[in-house]
Amino acid sequence: MNLPIYLDNNATTPMDPRVLEAMLPYFTTKFGNAASRNHPFGWVAEEGVDYAREQVAKLIGASEKEIIFTSGATESDNLAIKGVFEMYKEKGNHIITTVTEHKAVLDACKHVEKLGGKVTYLPVKEDGILDLALLEAAMTPETILVSVMYGNNEIGVIQPIKEISAIAHKHGALFMTDAVQAVGKIPVDVNKDGIDLLALSAHKIYGPKGVGALYVRRKGPRVKVTAQMDGGGHERGMRSGTLNVPGIVGLGKACELCGLEMESEAKRLSVMRDRLQAELTVLEESYVNGNVEHRLPHVANISFKYVEGEGLMMAMKDLAVSSGSACTSASLEPSYVLKSLGLSDDLAHSSIRFGLGRFTTDEEVDYAVEVTKKAVTHLRELSPLWEMFKEGIDLDSIEWAEH
Amino acid sequence: MAYSEKVIDHYTNPRNVGTLDKSNHKVGTGLVGAPECGDVMRLQIQVDDNNMITDAKFKTFGCGSAIASSSLATEWLKGKSIDDAMKIDNMDIVEELALPPVKIHCSVLAEDAIKAAINDYRVKNGMAPIESEKVHH
Repeated sequence: MNLPIYLDNNATTPMDPRVLEAMLPYFTTKFGNAASRNHPFGWVAEEGVDYAREQVAKLIGASEKEIIFTSGATESDNLAIKGVFEMYKEKGNHIITTVTEHKAVLDACKHVEKLGGKVTYLPVKEDGILDLALLEAAMTPETILVSVMYGNNEIGVIQPIKEISAIAHKHGALFMTDAVQAVGKIPVDVNKDGIDLLALSAHKIYGPKGVGALYVRRKGPRVKVTAQMDGGGHERGMRSGTLNVPGIVGLGKACELCGLEMESEAKRLSVMRDRLQAELTVLEESYVNGNVEHRLPHVANISFKYVEGEGLMMAMKDLAVSSGSACTSASLEPSYVLKSLGLSDDLAHSSIRFGLGRFTTDEEVDYAVEVTKKAVTHLRELSPLWEMFKEGIDLDSIEWAEH
Repeated sequence: MAYSEKVIDHYTNPRNVGTLDKSNHKVGTGLVGAPECGDVMRLQIQVDDNNMITDAKFKTFGCGSAIASSSLATEWLKGKSIDDAMKIDNMDIVEELALPPVKIHCSVLAEDAIKAAINDYRVKNGMAPIESEKVHH
């Protein structure tokens, strides 16, 4: 076992060597511009891109003509939301999303508001799942788009996508999903799920950074988005810019591997994750955040009350995880996702996200359990709050000087 | 963000972790911060008849820099008179631990904890609390 151990696979994943192998020729011998139509260098590059388009499409049950390559999911989210808002402004100006979305979606929505659009940010239930009745009630004749993420990046909660898209469609709106964390981890099918636009990223599925895709439905209905970048009219005019051929080839290969291995891999990961969770929640005052049934197979977000997340991570030697603690963010605010579940700030500060991945071993999980338990116990010995809790003092009865 | 060696040292081997009897009139206790903000420090001093600090203990809920700041504070407090201890400035802690700007509030909290502990002792022993002139935050 090599240290440090990487359990932050929701942030990014290591690239699979098989993906790297597929990409390498496209940096050197197959370097052509996929838009060069008049010589073999261009043709070879285009062939690579076309094949990748099929690989990506296959993983999500789409047709290859519906895949727009981008620089990553942030761009895909932006293109989908801003692009739909511009394209469908004659029809309406209302977008519905949820408060637990990724910043790429939330901030694209804020941008739309600045342009005069109306956005409804729906709350989620305590388990992180959207209340369908709230969505139904929020739909208006002006609603052009509903955007709800497939699986949450912090807590792994999976939304009832089929039901949500059905509500959107019933009211004549399009349905978009940021599926960055779900694609390649669980079965996602744009037709069965009723998805009109879908954002995905390569580096979350053992592919390279800097490349992603936006699925844009072509039939029933034919969806269009206004390009957000002007240029050579690549990608059916929706996304100009010379194609990142090696990256795209890597994304394609990554999708193919996920398609082949997802089923067995999801089982393996959920067994390991459940074991990690069971062994850690033996600790007193530890709480799993978010719905545990409708959850991605590789994620567990656990709050260890009375210890602070950043301090805890520092004690979790040679273990790379992440925390919803304010101290780990630039904003000094604890995770908005955890807060939206109704978690108190102190529990949000105490959270650790464990994100397992393709290369995680049982041995590593054992190590993580041992180190985490030790760290929590050590920091609780240092924690005045733990001492008060043990003495039976109600922490809410103390007048804290907020600073 | 990488931590300085001194932060790691204090964090890994925190000095003077523990609890003094807060009901003892020779013990001053300062409890500052709030759980909602992600850091709470409790700093305690044991003072002798000459107003000298003979012992100091802390417990902190917070990040590595908060733990290191309070650990360092207890080291500095021991052997000081309560008047000299009142002069400890948060920027001394920042300098000693090489805290980055985003962690300055940890040192502020430690200074607040020192002052709160001294004032608790002063009030218990019939002295007026000293108001801090510094305005933080």
